[in-house]
Amino acid sequence: MDWGSILNNTLAGLLTPTILAFALATLGLAMHFGFAGLLNFGIAGFMAVGAYGYAISVLTFGLPWWAGMIMGVAASVVFALIMGIPTLRLRGDYLAIVTIAAAEILRLLFLTTAFEPVTGSADGLFGYNNSGGFADANPFPPGDYGWGPWTYNEQTLWMLVFGLMVLAVATLLLWALMRSPWGRVVKGIREDEDAVRALGKNVFAYKMQALIIGGIFGALGGIVLATSTNVSPGVYVTSLTFFLWTALLLGGAATIFGPVLGSIIFWVLQAFLTNILPALAESGILPVSGIQAATLRYVLVGIGLMLIVIYRPQGIFGDKREMTFVK
Amino acid sequence: MSSNSESQKSTGLHIGVAAPGVKKVDPILVIDSVKKSFGGLTAVDVEHLEIPRGAITALIGPNGAGKTTLFNLLTGFDNPDTGAWSFEGKQLAGISSFKVAKMGQVRTFQLTKALSLLTVLENMKLGAKNQTGEKLLNSLFPFLWRKQDNELEVKAMELLRRFKLDAKKDDFAASLSGGQRKLLEMARALMTDPVLVMLDEPMAGVNPALTQSLLEHVLNLKKEGMTVLFVEHDMHMVRHIADWVVVMAEGKVVAEGAPDTVMKEQAVIDAYLGAHQDTDLGVVTGRIKVISEEGK
Amino acid sequence: MQFLSASNPKRLLSSLLLLLIAMVLGFGLGATPASADSVGEDLERGITGNVKLEGEPLGGVRMIVEGGGYNAETVTGADGKWYIGVPGVEGDTYKVTLDQETLPEGIAVTGEGGATKDVVLGKTSPLVANFFIGEGTRVTVSMFDQVVARLIYGLNFGLMLGLAAVGLSLVFGTTGLSNFAHSEMVTFGAVAALVLGAGLQLPMWVAIPAAVLLSGAMGWALDAGLWKPLRKRGLALVQLMIVSIGLSLTARYLFQYFVGGGTEQLPGADSTMVPLFGSVALSMTDLVSMAISIVVIMGFAWWLLKTKTGKATRAISDNPDLAAASGIDVDKVIRTVWIISGALAGLAGVLWAYFRPGIKWDMGAQILLLIFAAVTLGGLGTAFGALIGSLVVGILVETSSLFIPADLKYVGALVVLIGILLFRPQGLLGKKQRIG
Repeated sequence: MDWGSILNNTLAGLLTPTILAFALATLGLAMHFGFAGLLNFGIAGFMAVGAYGYAISVLTFGLPWWAGMIMGVAASVVFALIMGIPTLRLRGDYLAIVTIAAAEILRLLFLTTAFEPVTGSADGLFGYNNSGGFADANPFPPGDYGWGPWTYNEQTLWMLVFGLMVLAVATLLLWALMRSPWGRVVKGIREDEDAVRALGKNVFAYKMQALIIGGIFGALGGIVLATSTNVSPGVYVTSLTFFLWTALLLGGAATIFGPVLGSIIFWVLQAFLTNILPALAESGILPVSGIQAATLRYVLVGIGLMLIVIYRPQGIFGDKREMTFVK
Repeated sequence: MSSNSESQKSTGLHIGVAAPGVKKVDPILVIDSVKKSFGGLTAVDVEHLEIPRGAITALIGPNGAGKTTLFNLLTGFDNPDTGAWSFEGKQLAGISSFKVAKMGQVRTFQLTKALSLLTVLENMKLGAKNQTGEKLLNSLFPFLWRKQDNELEVKAMELLRRFKLDAKKDDFAASLSGGQRKLLEMARALMTDPVLVMLDEPMAGVNPALTQSLLEHVLNLKKEGMTVLFVEHDMHMVRHIADWVVVMAEGKVVAEGAPDTVMKEQAVIDAYLGAHQDTDLGVVTGRIKVISEEGK
Repeated sequence: MQFLSASNPKRLLSSLLLLLIAMVLGFGLGATPASADSVGEDLERGITGNVKLEGEPLGGVRMIVEGGGYNAETVTGADGKWYIGVPGVEGDTYKVTLDQETLPEGIAVTGEGGATKDVVLGKTSPLVANFFIGEGTRVTVSMFDQVVARLIYGLNFGLMLGLAAVGLSLVFGTTGLSNFAHSEMVTFGAVAALVLGAGLQLPMWVAIPAAVLLSGAMGWALDAGLWKPLRKRGLALVQLMIVSIGLSLTARYLFQYFVGGGTEQLPGADSTMVPLFGSVALSMTDLVSMAISIVVIMGFAWWLLKTKTGKATRAISDNPDLAAASGIDVDKVIRTVWIISGALAGLAGVLWAYFRPGIKWDMGAQILLLIFAAVTLGGLGTAFGALIGSLVVGILVETSSLFIPADLKYVGALVVLIGILLFRPQGLLGKKQRIG
């Protein structure tokens, strides 16, 4: 077994545009579930809206890359409104079902051949970063940067710096919101919305604002992801939503840095397992085939999710008293 | 204290003979033909009812009489099938619950709704109205709301001291006892500077040691010029602090009047009361818990 | 985040809305000149063909491929060629349809079997599926017959969904759990039937009932080993729901671990077509499947309405505290509910395996949302509501493919779900809740 390359790949997984994208989406989930108590199971849909909104704006409407990104964010606001208006007045579990359904509707709409000229159907979209796009806005001169497993060419560096900047701004924003009186109302709604309503707060408006802000974070995650890979409908599946939830709960739902750290831990662990399980299978230590070893990784994710929720619901970084689950 | 508060009872609230729907000298809440049915069951069917300003009105009646449903309707938490009602002359039908609360008509709940994972102080501050920092855009700029927030903290601490919760200000509300949560909920409601306070069973589940202070807090509300409307099963509390009693049965108002007279009415006795409940609370504070459980 | 700090958020929002509407319209406009001749190129296998009329290529002919829960369509290019990638493996069956409506006037498929043919994936990819086209009269199926056929398919599908949905609804009603792992109970039933029928070579009339019993046992085991201990631990409902998501992931990938990523066929399918009405015909398997669904659902209704446990179940759904106070053994009833829920889901899985056709590791997950839609539509926690919701969803899914592209047929049902929540949030048979 090549421990060197396994270690190298795992360490490289610590900082990738993908991790930054997932951390952003998890931050959005923290806003939704951790702070506002909204059971959003459609975060993959928000990511898809951001990514497609960006790519389609550039490819079909010829907008500059930054305007395309703004369009992606704007589309997520509209998506939040469409989803929130019918469901935010209802009990929480309805929101869970509607958000998961809405995300699936979106994915099927992006996947169908009916809109292929715009959405690329199953092939997805690509090429929107080139020729005058995001990639050309790269301020870094060509060359290799970094050290050891963290060696990047100028393109990857630009993606990373961009992603890190967006993530930093989003984290700061979430922190500023949650320490304010606005955050107090939102947390109150998480605990008991009728009580907050009885105090004269427009609960619906606050929930909608929280849904929109978390949705924007999700969309930004999709956009950051889209800067580094193609936009493909196969990415924004329900499983992705569940993985993001796992990362959120791992870090601690009602914390500011928990979602970011949870994402890093989750995806680094994934990278590690992706490397080590097939290697173990190959060297005969695990009596399974290579494909089975890859599957085993997801089995472990499922078991891990169950164990966290049962034994450490506040997450790794959450306050023990601050159980995030309201009875 | 009990004899003292007895002397503070407001009288002369109504015009003419005390009967269901009687006119009040100065009504704060006027209800007209409010009806609500669940399935085939009529939960509330109130033809006319006026709640007097500046007094403590008790809403009593057996279980299923429609008291809580009426509360829900009046505060916009539920919509009636028909009917209209006004609060300080403003029509309230169809107004959503948070706007009702903003107008100064604030309620508490039968099952206490303390915001468990907020601290006691945060619970209190949440109650205050017109906070600059509660607007999304303002919230990002502390210099816009810091001063107001500090003022609210002073006000909240003052109330918490009154309710003897000041030592718990940094604890999560979840760690309070049931009675303390009731107190917190009432104190939080006061943070909104209400005109009319509606309490849904303030005594239910409160341990006897706390009942006396709860009663005094309710009486204090009146002293400070607020109007109180409360639902209660505990007859002793009703006799002790209420200036006016409204009796409901099967959704209808069956009797109204001053506490000592209304409880002698045959309709009320039929609907609700047992003969043994004519002693005053001041004498038998210890029995409250037992009796309130009987009433359930 | 620029727009957040805009001076007039309302106006900005409405202009954003306008922009998005323009985007959506853009979709529609862009979609009309359908020029795509190949889809799903990233999939490993595919089906291809060349549509020609007397040696001349025909462009703009719509081709549809369905099977194994997958469907896709494309339109032939100017060279008459088309390609559709499919996710299946060797041995999987797909139905290829040439939409005769898109052929020129007076032209029809003249070969045997008409405009639809079943193809089996072989060793080489892509597989070629061509149709003989010439002058002739199309064997057109009247719109009325199509609607009737779709209604019957929908009914069949709806009954199947219903078997799964009532179990989910009962569990929700008695425990408050939105069980995301219910889809894996569906898959479990099908996989059990596969192991017993194809693996152990048992006759299907033994294998299927045995698979249903095993599913019931699985329901029992899950409650005894997981859900009851968690209830006793006092986990919140949201926590339980997320545990069920974890369980769903675990089970789903365990199926993939053991069954692999491909599609397996259950033995015993009988595709003899039984003519019913006009040109409408159903296969023997479909008819038997419908009969089984109806009988089982009637038996279930009898259980729920007439037996003591059934009545207790409804009592708990109505008011758990009151039920417990009146001497009902809530834990015992919940255990029974889990067993029944598991057994019904398992049966639904077996029938769904014949309907799709084929068994795949994520087959349950494919219909989980439809099951949820059915349950929500009927009103969370009401068993008969779930049944009605299932029929509505089933029929909607099947008939909608008459009007919208086949690969969007699930979308219709999900959109209706959201729509219904707008106007009747408590579902068709649910009741409103009281606050306070």
